[in-house]
Amino acid sequence: MKSRTADIHLVSSHREVYEPCDDSFALVDALLADQTNLINHNPKLCMEIGSGSGYVITSLILLLKESLPNVHYLATDTNPIAARVTNETLQAHGVSAEVVCTDIASCLEERLSGLVDVMVMNPPYVPTPEYEVGVEGIASAWAGGENGRSVIDRVLPVVDRLLSERGWFYLVTLTSNYPSEICLVMRERGYASRIVVQRSTEEENLIVLKFWRDEDEESVVKETASVSFLTQFSRSLSSFVEKQWR
Amino acid sequence: MRLITHNMLSCNIKGVTNGFPLKIEAEKVIEKEVDFNPDFLKHMFAKIEWKALVEAARAMGYGELPEDSPDVAVIESADETFLKKLHHALLEIHLEEGALVCPETGRKFPVNKGIPNMLLHEDEV
Ligand SMILES: C[S@@+](CC[C@H](N)C(=O)[O-])C[C@H]1O[C@@H](n2cnc3c(N)ncnc32)[C@H](O)[C@@H]1O
Repeated sequence: MKSRTADIHLVSSHREVYEPCDDSFALVDALLADQTNLINHNPKLCMEIGSGSGYVITSLILLLKESLPNVHYLATDTNPIAARVTNETLQAHGVSAEVVCTDIASCLEERLSGLVDVMVMNPPYVPTPEYEVGVEGIASAWAGGENGRSVIDRVLPVVDRLLSERGWFYLVTLTSNYPSEICLVMRERGYASRIVVQRSTEEENLIVLKFWRDEDEESVVKETASVSFLTQFSRSLSSFVEKQWR
Repeated sequence: MRLITHNMLSCNIKGVTNGFPLKIEAEKVIEKEVDFNPDFLKHMFAKIEWKALVEAARAMGYGELPEDSPDVAVIESADETFLKKLHHALLEIHLEEGALVCPETGRKFPVNKGIPNMLLHEDEV
């Protein structure tokens, strides 16, 4: 039987490139759990930021391929070796995506805005000293700065810009990233959110979030609170919501 | 790198206002066949910068695209001659080795193994 996600034995590797790990598997499981919705959503263009080994984007392609053979895929990574390894993994599975080496999506932001129907990202989310973020080599795959939010916080506005009207965004986070605060930030931009996968491993508590545009959310925020109020109190709200989740 | 991607790329060096379209310096171009899908082309057509695509295709050795952007009637018509050319230009021609040059600064971004390296130097961000 043909596997529905990328075959770990066919995933290319390199010592400077992040190997598929619990977080990668959680993201792919989230996509699997949402497979029917994704197929009904009928995306034209899907994209991954920080594709690393290519395990996630390859899995996404394999999940959609049979029902939706004509989707266009894009992947970016800041690590040139990861970009190459992503391509090798795609080729090993007989599928293809356009791979670009860039910071988040900076060279695509202007022209690609409003065109991405599905965005996925497993970001560098580990809380580290700020100077470790974006360094050359493998550390930039996980180093996330204060609260692990340095890269995530730069990604959110870019995703908002790139997503189409009906765009969806899947994001891997840790509880230590204050995921509910991330949801609030996105809510200010008019997105609703939900948890697709929640998983505790020995070291970390992983949460895969899904965001989608929702006009109701936007009006709720405008009616009930000013943006500055939200920012000011999001931390305390954050822990409150987190308690509710448990 | 396909030309559909080229059409979405711009040079975003700090201070650059005209970073699009990047000029293509082609060293190695390859072709890979892709299933023809008119719906996708119609979906993308509104977003394509026509002149940039025509020039890019020419730099890759493909001169079959009309100079002026065809109007929507041509896109919607049953005659698929045009869509087939658009399909080939956007999706089937790949820049495998070469460079992309910023139209404003002349900065070169290398393309190796089909992957454009658009990373900026510290003094460019
Ligand atoms: C945790 S790894 C995930 C890799 C792969 N997606 C997976 O799930 O296995 C994060 C990836 O993001 C890349 N990355 C880090 N900072 C980035 C940035 N600013 N823009 C694009 N990619 C980035 C890293 O090089 C690394 O490949």
